Amino acid sequence: MSMTSQTPPSSGGQSLRQWLLSDTPTSRRQARLSALYQGWLALRQNHMAMVGLAILVVLISIALFAPLIAPHDPFVQDLANRLQPLGSEGHLLGTDSLGRDILSRLIYGARITLYIVALVALIAPVVGLLVGTISGYAGGWTDVILMRITDIFLAFPRLVLALAFVAALGAGIENAVLAISLTAWPPYARMARAETLTIRSSDYISAIRLQGAGPLRIIIKHIWPLCISSLIVRVTLDMAGIILAAAGLGFLGLGAQPPSPEWGAMISEGRRFILDHWWVATMPGLAIFAVSLAFNLLGDGLRDVLDPKDSAS
Amino acid sequence: MNAALEINALNVYFGDHGALVHAVKSASLTVAKGASFGLVGESGSGKSTILKAITGLAPQWNGEIKVEGRPLGAKRDRNFYKTVQMVFQDPYASLHPRQSVDQVLSETLYLHGFRDIDDRVNQLLQDVGLGPAFRFRYPHQLSGGQRQRVAIARALAPQPDILLLDEPTSALDVSVQAEILNLLSDLRAAHGLTFVMVSHDLAVVAHMCDQAAVMQHGEILEVLSIDAMRAGQTAHPYTRTLLDASANRVA
Repeated sequence: MSMTSQTPPSSGGQSLRQWLLSDTPTSRRQARLSALYQGWLALRQNHMAMVGLAILVVLISIALFAPLIAPHDPFVQDLANRLQPLGSEGHLLGTDSLGRDILSRLIYGARITLYIVALVALIAPVVGLLVGTISGYAGGWTDVILMRITDIFLAFPRLVLALAFVAALGAGIENAVLAISLTAWPPYARMARAETLTIRSSDYISAIRLQGAGPLRIIIKHIWPLCISSLIVRVTLDMAGIILAAAGLGFLGLGAQPPSPEWGAMISEGRRFILDHWWVATMPGLAIFAVSLAFNLLGDGLRDVLDPKDSAS
Repeated sequence: MNAALEINALNVYFGDHGALVHAVKSASLTVAKGASFGLVGESGSGKSTILKAITGLAPQWNGEIKVEGRPLGAKRDRNFYKTVQMVFQDPYASLHPRQSVDQVLSETLYLHGFRDIDDRVNQLLQDVGLGPAFRFRYPHQLSGGQRQRVAIARALAPQPDILLLDEPTSALDVSVQAEILNLLSDLRAAHGLTFVMVSHDLAVVAHMCDQAAVMQHGEILEVLSIDAMRAGQTAHPYTRTLLDASANRVA
C-alpha cells in the first residue's frame, strides 16, 4: 500500500473535499472520515435540522460562557426592584418576585438543562441498549426475564414513577436525573431488542459466527453499530420529553431546589403572579419550548441521515 | 480413508416441539478430498439445511457428520472453522452494512489468530480479483459480484480445506455468475479446496462439480456422477424430471 495519501492534503479546501469524497479511499481514516462527511452533507440538506442544530450550538455556547454573557448575578436579590416588566432599565426580560434578573437566570439555567439532558442521554440509552441487545441476542429465559422487567417499568406513567423515585431518593437535580433515566430506558430496550431480533438472523451475523466470534464480540462489534443510529435518533426526539420531565419535576418542587435557576422551577415560582406579571413564568417557558423544538428538529433530520434501512444498500 | 466430509443418517429439525419441521431426513453422503460435490433440488428440499447443520447454524440435528475423519459434536471449535468455511447465497445480506471490506477481512484474520493482517488482506483481495483499491470501501460502494468476491475472500481468510457454497451465484446477474463460477474453479485448483455446492441450477452444478446428490422433500434420492447425469443415466424418476426441465442447458 502506498503511504502517499494516508494524510489529508494540506493545500486548498477543494482538494480536501475531493479527498473526503473519494470513491477509492486508501486508508481506514480516510474511509471513516469520508463516511462522516457524507452524512454531514446529507444532514446539511435538511434546513429545519440545521435550524435545530444552530439553536443547540447557541445554547451550548451560552451555557459555556454564562458568566461572560449574563448581565447580572442570577442569585442576587433586589427586593426594591421586584417584578419589573420586560425591557425595564437594565433588565431586558424583567425581574422575578425577588428582584432577580430573569435573563441572567435563564442563561445560567441553560447549564442545568444541558447537565440534565447530557446525563440522562448518557444513562438511559446505554442501559436500554445493553438490556435490549442482550435480551434479543440471548433469547430464551434471559429474554423473558429482562423483557418482563422492562414491562414493569413501562406499565407506570413516566412522571408518576419519576415522582416516586425522587420521593424515595430525596429532591435534587442528581436524583431527578436518576429518576428520569430509570423511567426512560425501557423504550430504548424494546427498540434495541426488536432491532437485534432482525439483525441476529441475518447472514452477516451467521458469517461472523462461522469465524468463531463469541456472543460478546458479536453484540458489541456487530449489533451495536446497527442499533446505535436509531437510538441516537430516538434520544434526540426524546430530549424534549426529558427536558419537560425535568422541568415538571422542578415545577413540582422535586427537581432542582431554589434558588437554583432551573427553568421548570422558575415557571413554578412565576405561577403565583401569572395573571399580573405574565413574563415571570412565560420567559422560562419559551426557553424550554425553543430547546425542545430544536432537539425535535435535529432528531428528525438525523433520522433521515442515520436510518440504517436507507443507507444499508 | 481420504474423505473430506462424511455424513451418515443425518436428520435436521427446525422449530419447537409444537411445530417441529423435519427438514432433512436420514441423509448420507461422502465427499472425497479435493472433490467438488453438488447438492441439487428444488426450493425447500433441504439442501441448504445440510450445509447449515454442518456449520452448526442449525443446532437441532442427529446422525453423524465427520470432517476429515473427526466426528462433530454439538459445538464447533475454532479448529473446525479453520477447516470448513461457507459462502452465503446473497452477497447483499452477507456483508455487514457498516463495515468496510478492510474491517470484514481484518476481523476474520484476527479471530483466526493471524498477526500479519495487513499483508494477508491485500493478498486475499488479490486472490479474488479485487485490487487494493477496494480495501477501504463499504458494501454499498460495491456491485453484487464484487460483494460476493469479498464474501469469498472472507471464507478463504482462515485457509480452509472445505468450502461450502450456498447457491453462490443465484443472487447475481447472469453475466457476473460465470465470472464468480470461474473464480471459484480457479481458487479450488490453486488452493486444493474441497467444494460442497448447493444449487437449484443443474447447469451450474454440471459446470462446477464431479458428483451430485439430488434432493427432494428432505431426502437424498440418488447420488450420481456428472458424467452419468450428462448421459442421462438416472436411477430415480425425479432426477429425470429435473434433467428434462433443464435439458437444453446441461450439455
